[in-house]
Amino acid sequence: MSAPLTFDDPRVKRVTREMKLYDRRPDALIQILHIVQEIFGYLPEMVLRLVAKELRVPASRVYGVSTFYHYFSLKARGDHQCLVCMGTACYVKGAGKILDQLQKAFGVRPGEVTPDGKLGLAQARCLGACGLAPAVVYDEEILARVDPAKIAATVQEKLRGS
Amino acid sequence: MGQKRRIVVCAGAGCFSCNSAETLSTLQRLVKERGVETQVDIVPAGCMGACQRGPLVQLPNDDILLQGVGPQEAAAVLDQVLGGPAAPAELKLYSAREPDAPDAHFFQKQQKIVLENCGRINPESLDEYIAVGGYQALHRMLSEMTREAVVAEIKKSGLRGRGGAGYPTGLKWETVAKMVNEQKYVICNADEGDPGAFMDRSVLEGDPHRVLEGMAIAGYAVGANKGFVYVRAEYPLAIKRLELAIKGARREGLLGREIFRTSFSFDVEIRIGAGAFVCGEETALIASIEGRRGQPRPRPPYPAESGLWGKPTLINNVETFANIAPILTKGGEWFSAIGTPKNAGTKVFALAGKIRNTGLIEVPMGITLREIIFDIGGGIPGGRRFKAVQTGGPSGGCIPEAHLDTHVDYESLQTLGSIMGSGGFIVMDDTSCMVDVARFFMEFCMDESCGKCVPCRVGTKHMHDLLAKICAGHATMGDLALLEELAPMVKATSLCGLGMTAPNPLISTLRYFRDEYAAHIRDRRCPAGVCSMDAVEALR
Ligand SMILES: Cc1cc2nc3c(=O)[nH]c(=O)nc-3n(C[C@H](O)[C@H](O)[C@H](O)COP(=O)(O)O)c2cc1C
Ligand code: SF4
Ligand code: SF4
Ligand code: FES
Ligand code: FES
Repeated sequence: MSAPLTFDDPRVKRVTREMKLYDRRPDALIQILHIVQEIFGYLPEMVLRLVAKELRVPASRVYGVSTFYHYFSLKARGDHQCLVCMGTACYVKGAGKILDQLQKAFGVRPGEVTPDGKLGLAQARCLGACGLAPAVVYDEEILARVDPAKIAATVQEKLRGS
Repeated sequence: MGQKRRIVVCAGAGCFSCNSAETLSTLQRLVKERGVETQVDIVPAGCMGACQRGPLVQLPNDDILLQGVGPQEAAAVLDQVLGGPAAPAELKLYSAREPDAPDAHFFQKQQKIVLENCGRINPESLDEYIAVGGYQALHRMLSEMTREAVVAEIKKSGLRGRGGAGYPTGLKWETVAKMVNEQKYVICNADEGDPGAFMDRSVLEGDPHRVLEGMAIAGYAVGANKGFVYVRAEYPLAIKRLELAIKGARREGLLGREIFRTSFSFDVEIRIGAGAFVCGEETALIASIEGRRGQPRPRPPYPAESGLWGKPTLINNVETFANIAPILTKGGEWFSAIGTPKNAGTKVFALAGKIRNTGLIEVPMGITLREIIFDIGGGIPGGRRFKAVQTGGPSGGCIPEAHLDTHVDYESLQTLGSIMGSGGFIVMDDTSCMVDVARFFMEFCMDESCGKCVPCRVGTKHMHDLLAKICAGHATMGDLALLEELAPMVKATSLCGLGMTAPNPLISTLRYFRDEYAAHIRDRRCPAGVCSMDAVEALR
């Protein structure tokens, strides 16, 4: 999985194609970073350098933008992602306990990935699904009204199932 | 649609996550199996409001709303619509024919303008939007009204921006309209950074064309030919439906060149945010659309004079744009008669937290907090006591029971030390600790501070650490005094709204719940039992 990326990599080619669609406009930087993250799951350094070159923006700006926004990650994510909402509605309904339980059960802190690379734990500021609080997103699926006592088992099960 | 009966299934984010997609596909399959395609239509729609009871299903003529309709219940629902026996009673949430039913208040006290199509039409179908009168306002305006007349109508309506500050929309339009420049822009602010708010999301998911129509009308009024919608990346369904809507509108000539064969051209592009609360602030949002770090800049100049790429730019919130078409259709006077004299129209609120009916509501301005929380929201579940309602997100405040009879409008909430904000309502019961809540918001602001100016960057961190110290039971009354000194200082000296409002939750909880602070400091006790005093929290 960690073979170095090359320009022949189909994913890298896709990024190049997308940049062309945006006419390599410098102001498309954030939209391009979204596409890179969608393709790779994070922002690999080699691709960031390519983006800087193609859009003709300084590498420092690409780096500055990549680190400013919470949504972007410079580190590889886990195979699966567990995103705990820590917004107000979820917080008053016990999101803190959910995060604690997951940290304990999987031995990871928010923003980290388990040593086997299977599960990444992260927190969100609000998913906009506050009516379902407390909410957790496992990969693409919203888990509504999560019970802190059961969440670790639920995630274990999903990991085993996949 | 004619004689066909419509069964509308909620496909809003809330009901989606309770698997309404399966309810939808089961109903569609049953309709085919029974060969009743000519009699019944199964239609997906946006949020119907009572998200907690999902999946929701609306039966023909809008007069019966069913709750908790899983795939197993689909057959019974279809039977009822086809004239068979009624579906099990426990599925029924509301019927227009039974105004005294226990849940009726949830619907009766609401008045829908922004959400009138939401939950009724298929948001992925342009035809359905047109069938309920969509794009007529745009058409009528382009064929009959001058730009000035449109601005005048919006001014007459008394509409104020729904993004938080409540700035008069007509005035803002007028300012941009008067700027002399061949290039101007319209931006729709759909960042919705307030945690605890999902109104804009629901409007975009449930009725995207309404927002596009509002933007196009604004474009005509101010003289812009290009619009951007800045949406949060956390809202993939909203982005998808908006993309579909833009494509559909372009295909039918409702966006793009020479709309309705007039000389007016207007096109819209989506820009996806990347998770920074401060990007909801208008100058930061503009920086972000330009592909830069989303850091605010001092105003003036306001975006109306110098905005996107230095051009005059109109920025309004999603809900603000969603109000435009009905105002032009029914007239500014009609709109100004709703609500209160200085607060015209309705407001959409997102109810969340410790409240029985969580979900999306739309009420006339001027309704009381008590009516929202107890009549519409159904009160506090689990036999607990109401403690406070937090309005306005991280820049808002917590309002205690003594002020529940306050009317909801921009000024009244401000008098209480809170704000309307974008419309999040988070209800807290006696299991919430107000000091912890203040610490929570301060942590949020500290994390989201863009770091450009010192009062906000250093001040929020300092206040957070002091609050954490109080929660951990290590604080002295001197720390409290320091907090009270810091709060107004950060408010007065920060560059943008984030820093200027970050102390609000602290100030309002101190105002109404000072005894809780005292209990933490003097007695090393958390009355709500939330803070664990023995844990020496590592102060970051
Ligand atoms: C820190 C901060 C965050 C904001 N977030 C939002 C937001 O998420 N959505 C929004 O419409 N306005 C937000 N605003 C207000 C906007 O700057 C701007 O006033 C608003 O979009 C104007 O639209 P309106 O006149 O229709 O309300 C925010 C302001 C600040 C200071
Ligand atoms: S001087 Fe301070 S505020 Fe300015 S860039 Fe350096 S760290 Fe940031
Ligand atoms: S007040 Fe805070 S968010 Fe606003 S510009 Fe200053 S540091 Fe940035
Ligand atoms: S606070 Fe968690 S979804 Fe909004
Ligand atoms: S999402 Fe279905 S009612 Fe809100």
